[in-house]
Amino acid sequence: MRVAVIDESASRAAVIREGLSTVDDCEVFVLTERRGLIARIAQIEPDIVLMDLGNPSRDVLEEYFAVSRALDRPIAMFVDESDDESIVASVEAGVSSYVVNGLAPQRIRPILDLAVTRFNAFSRLQRDLADAKGKLAEREIVDKAKRILMDSRGLPEPKAYAELRSTAMNQGKRIAEIAEAIVTAHRLMGGT
Amino acid sequence: MTTELTVGFLPLVDACLPILAAEHGFAEDEGIALRLVKDMSWATVLDRLLYGHSDAAHMVAPLAIATTLGRGRPAQPLAVPFVLGLNGNAVTLRPELAKAVRPGGGIGEPAAVGAALKRIADRRKAEAEPLRFGVVHRYSSHNYMLRYWLAACGIRPDADVEISTVPPPFCADALAQGEVDGICVGEPWNSVAVEQGAGEIVLATAQIWRRGVEKVLALREPVLDAKREAIERLLRALCRAAAHFVDPENFERNAAILARAEYIDGDPVLIRRAISDRMLVAKGGELVHYPDFMFQYREAATFPWVSQAEWLYTQMVRWDGTPFDAQEAARAARVFRPDVYRSALAGTGEPLPGASSKVEGSLAERTVVGAQQGSIILEPNRFFDGMVFDPEQIESYVKALG
Repeated sequence: MRVAVIDESASRAAVIREGLSTVDDCEVFVLTERRGLIARIAQIEPDIVLMDLGNPSRDVLEEYFAVSRALDRPIAMFVDESDDESIVASVEAGVSSYVVNGLAPQRIRPILDLAVTRFNAFSRLQRDLADAKGKLAEREIVDKAKRILMDSRGLPEPKAYAELRSTAMNQGKRIAEIAEAIVTAHRLMGGT
Repeated sequence: MTTELTVGFLPLVDACLPILAAEHGFAEDEGIALRLVKDMSWATVLDRLLYGHSDAAHMVAPLAIATTLGRGRPAQPLAVPFVLGLNGNAVTLRPELAKAVRPGGGIGEPAAVGAALKRIADRRKAEAEPLRFGVVHRYSSHNYMLRYWLAACGIRPDADVEISTVPPPFCADALAQGEVDGICVGEPWNSVAVEQGAGEIVLATAQIWRRGVEKVLALREPVLDAKREAIERLLRALCRAAAHFVDPENFERNAAILARAEYIDGDPVLIRRAISDRMLVAKGGELVHYPDFMFQYREAATFPWVSQAEWLYTQMVRWDGTPFDAQEAARAARVFRPDVYRSALAGTGEPLPGASSKVEGSLAERTVVGAQQGSIILEPNRFFDGMVFDPEQIESYVKALG
């Protein structure tokens, strides 16, 4: 069974490929380039195409399927026309799939389920990464604010941090917000 | 009570009405909390609509009909209670080709440009290098307008030239790379190609059909039934957005809003051009003012004329190569819902036509037409080749197209 994975995010495509490698009798082709997409698909002759919903080339691919249908075998979109639940899961996860060669649903199902799981895992990973990045930036700004307090008021470090924390508590704000205000004010006053 | 409605859209200037209805508080005034979801392909906009992620969508008109008729995917009845605008697209060719077909520069004249293009198309076909055109979707007004124009100029789409799908954001690149010789796309993408020196605008689609239906607001029929009252409030908000959109006072502000990253994510200067009906046809040239390049408000522009849905069906039959089917034509006609539009706007200051269908392309001069509410003067609505579409004679029109 030949599966084409079209995704402009090379890292997500890699995650899908890795997952599909556990499926028996499954050859995976990853396409991340927009140019020459249709020619590549024609060459690969996939049984199933997985494509992310954010990909602007979806309309191009659907046209290709519609036009080539006369020559080829019929194309079913998704698993089954009546299989709404798995389609909704796909849309939620952000992946579309095209079954090109009329494979039996029991063969398609595991691949689609896997794609959905991997897409969801990938979004979770990206959210975590964004959170982590945010946390890192917060820590940096808190450190900066601490140093400003230490320099300008001659406070020892634990005292400077306690000062930040109590101000945040009194104002019902987060420490990072107070720290940001201090850093901004310091900059405005000509500090660096 | 506030109702939340989600509307899907593609980043194009003619997604303006839902965006402005949300931004200027028109939706809120009607008790609608409007959530807008941007996507990058019509396939995804349609998926979200069909699987309940959105209540309504900004959509190329023929796609709403194709979906109802089950072309390309399983049939799902859609309803169009509101037209989001007429025209607003242009034909842009690679610079050397543009110069060859309209040597005078500026905006061309459809028949003359077509005749010049035919000579080149014939030669290119003989050289086994046929001219290639990109349109945004096979079920788009762009595709139908381009094909209508080419065919009327003696250039047979599919036989003499190749037409394929190119997503709007890639149009300029496809011209620059020589993947296509011409594109028919909405703004700001023609202007982007011009600015990059990848193309020159030769025609506005408003020159092919002076009042051609373009984007629509599409819903699943069951959703329209279930949320009918809220949808009617949304239509009133969209109408107010349309009045705001066409007022020159607001061009600057609206262009800045539409240009934002969450909407079109483009250059406000290019967007302002489109909404003020101006085009820079060639890099370094002068701005051309082409009135009604985009058409969002006057003459009850947003009214879903049943005859327009029927005209789109004739083109679908023509270019899909399927036989005319009276029952299918009736189903296509029912996609457009003037009854919902009337019920939403009754009692407002907006004009409502007396009829729900009209003979398309028949007006050569300003004509007063019967109105259920207010007064309506329709301006010329001709097709460039002078053909007239009478919705009473759909089948013979299809035959006459050949």
